Amino acid sequence: MFAPLRDKSLTGFAPKGMLFPSPLQAAGLSNGVDMDLILFYLRKLFTVLKNEVLVLPSRVVVILFFLILLLLPVFTKDTYLLRIFTLTSIFAILAASWDLLSGFTGQMNFGHALFFGVGAYGAALLNKYVGIPPWGTIPLGALGAVLAGLIIGVPCLRLRGTYLALTTLAFPIILMGIVFALPDLTGGELGISGIARLAGSRVADYYIAVVVMLGLSTIMWKITDSNTGIIFHAIREDELAVRAAGINTTRYKLLAFCLSGFFAGISGGLYAHFMRIAGPSTLEVSMSFTVVIWAIFGGIVTIYGPVGAVFILFPLLEFMRFWQEYRTLMFACVVLLILLYMPDGLFRWLRDKIEKECPRCKIRNIATRDTCRVCTAPLD
Amino acid sequence: MGLVINIIISGLISGSVYALLAIGFSLIFGVARIVNIAHTAFYMLAAYCIYFVTHNMGFHPIWGMIAAIVLVTLVGLVSYRIFINPIREHEGAVLIATIALAMAFQEIMVLKFTGTFLSVPSLVKGYLVILGVKVFYQQLLTFCMALLVMAVLWVLLMRTKLGLAIRSTAQDREVANLMGINESRVAMMTMGVSVGLAAFTGAVVVPLTILEPHMWMGPLIMMMAVVVLGGLGSLKGSFMGAYILGFAEALVVFLAPMGAFLKGSVALSIMILVLLIRPEGLFGVYFEEER
Repeated sequence: MFAPLRDKSLTGFAPKGMLFPSPLQAAGLSNGVDMDLILFYLRKLFTVLKNEVLVLPSRVVVILFFLILLLLPVFTKDTYLLRIFTLTSIFAILAASWDLLSGFTGQMNFGHALFFGVGAYGAALLNKYVGIPPWGTIPLGALGAVLAGLIIGVPCLRLRGTYLALTTLAFPIILMGIVFALPDLTGGELGISGIARLAGSRVADYYIAVVVMLGLSTIMWKITDSNTGIIFHAIREDELAVRAAGINTTRYKLLAFCLSGFFAGISGGLYAHFMRIAGPSTLEVSMSFTVVIWAIFGGIVTIYGPVGAVFILFPLLEFMRFWQEYRTLMFACVVLLILLYMPDGLFRWLRDKIEKECPRCKIRNIATRDTCRVCTAPLD
Repeated sequence: MGLVINIIISGLISGSVYALLAIGFSLIFGVARIVNIAHTAFYMLAAYCIYFVTHNMGFHPIWGMIAAIVLVTLVGLVSYRIFINPIREHEGAVLIATIALAMAFQEIMVLKFTGTFLSVPSLVKGYLVILGVKVFYQQLLTFCMALLVMAVLWVLLMRTKLGLAIRSTAQDREVANLMGINESRVAMMTMGVSVGLAAFTGAVVVPLTILEPHMWMGPLIMMMAVVVLGGLGSLKGSFMGAYILGFAEALVVFLAPMGAFLKGSVALSIMILVLLIRPEGLFGVYFEEER
């Protein structure tokens, strides 16, 4: 069962000549043509907005989501609120990276905290002992997580399904044992504290986390939409068939582990620098489980599902703070109840409610339409 | 010499506990393809149930054990019916449903008993000295009871009609259905047996450990390692794997420096090493491809 094909109608319909202006125009000799070019792009933007974005409620929601997140600090400077949304953005990267590996490639990873922890500890160690500033430690920590992805990817290549899920669960725990056994280097149970701040102020922290989150989510979404992503998806559906088609599945599975490790490592590094501490809590079993809960709650094989789920569940859990004792219990109950009614995930369910797919051309339409917006076939 | 006895006792006890847990987990996975993360949460529930009966109501621990096994099995069956059965077709959903269930149980226990460390009186008091090492009767009892229950389970699976139904459903669900076995009822029964085993484990082991609401996490990891090491769905594998990892853990704790921190790491590394050589586990049975 393949997920619906995404329509690629958003990309590329600019005339070739306009994209590459002649040397005469580039030299600024004719101002009028430059104006034309700008006008052309504005008109194109407007057309895309009108014909491709505003017709589908899900796309409108995504645009609004981007705008609200980017404009939030303009309206409120409440540090508590900004802090929550910074953490939410960081965890959204983590949940989406789980989806890239486990959702798309079907390699159920129960030890995603490993990547997060390696990213966090890598960034913290580099910052504390080598003195590299955050913009250097976070990518380096993420490279450490890529290495971790390779190390756990190799033994896991031969496993599948439940075996893989249960085996991956072991890796963060092994690392946690090592962390506890080397308290001089890693601080043992207390973790590494006193590392550099992400940026000077809360608002700057917020913007870094949000922009990185939006950027990386878009990149992940693009990856899943590319050729590589289609192969990932095919491996999930039927690995044997993919191999039979002459594709080296081993390489692609390792690639998925590395990519996912990279993104999760970045979120770990951001977390360490934002909280200014890298502790063993980043490696805990509950951390791995929470990631799985977020992703499946939002709907796997979507990228937007896990991101949206984190933006619902994490603030919800925070705002239930005044109800301290019942917090986790309520969280568990919400998850259980939602699953009973929408086992495919919240956002897939919502999307199927507000949009339908044209039976003839497979293009999505808003649910209120009677005929398809492209091929005018009647929708049922 | 004392060290050797200590290692043997500790290895046998933790091995038996892991074996009981892993067999229950394996059973329900084999029959219904449910990865029941909440399995050890039932073990935790049973432990608290005993605490409640002995401490708050003042009965003898034996009543606590019986009450724990019966009540927890009922809780397991009810939660299976309500939360897991309706979404059984969705593998991922079942997975997080069981995680959420375990978290819910944990939180209910935190609310009821707070997060403090508690302990339960042992069923039999006293100890005997073997070569200068104190061996508590409770430890011996736990070990013997575990062996006894495993024997009973073996008889149930190999010598009764229900056992035959369970084994055939585990082997091939569709064919079992065609042969007139009510597959969903067998799944329900298996869930009962599986949760009952978890509850029993909790009941026999609780006097030896400390009660706290997060006590399900540690055994969960080891249980999964055992199941993977022995081969999913293979009861013999679970049994052997449990003792291998139990002894590995005991050796590390008593011999290695910082052993208490490294015991999990070493046991899990053994599991990964075995998997590198035999990806289907020691006694793994290949499930037919479900495509």
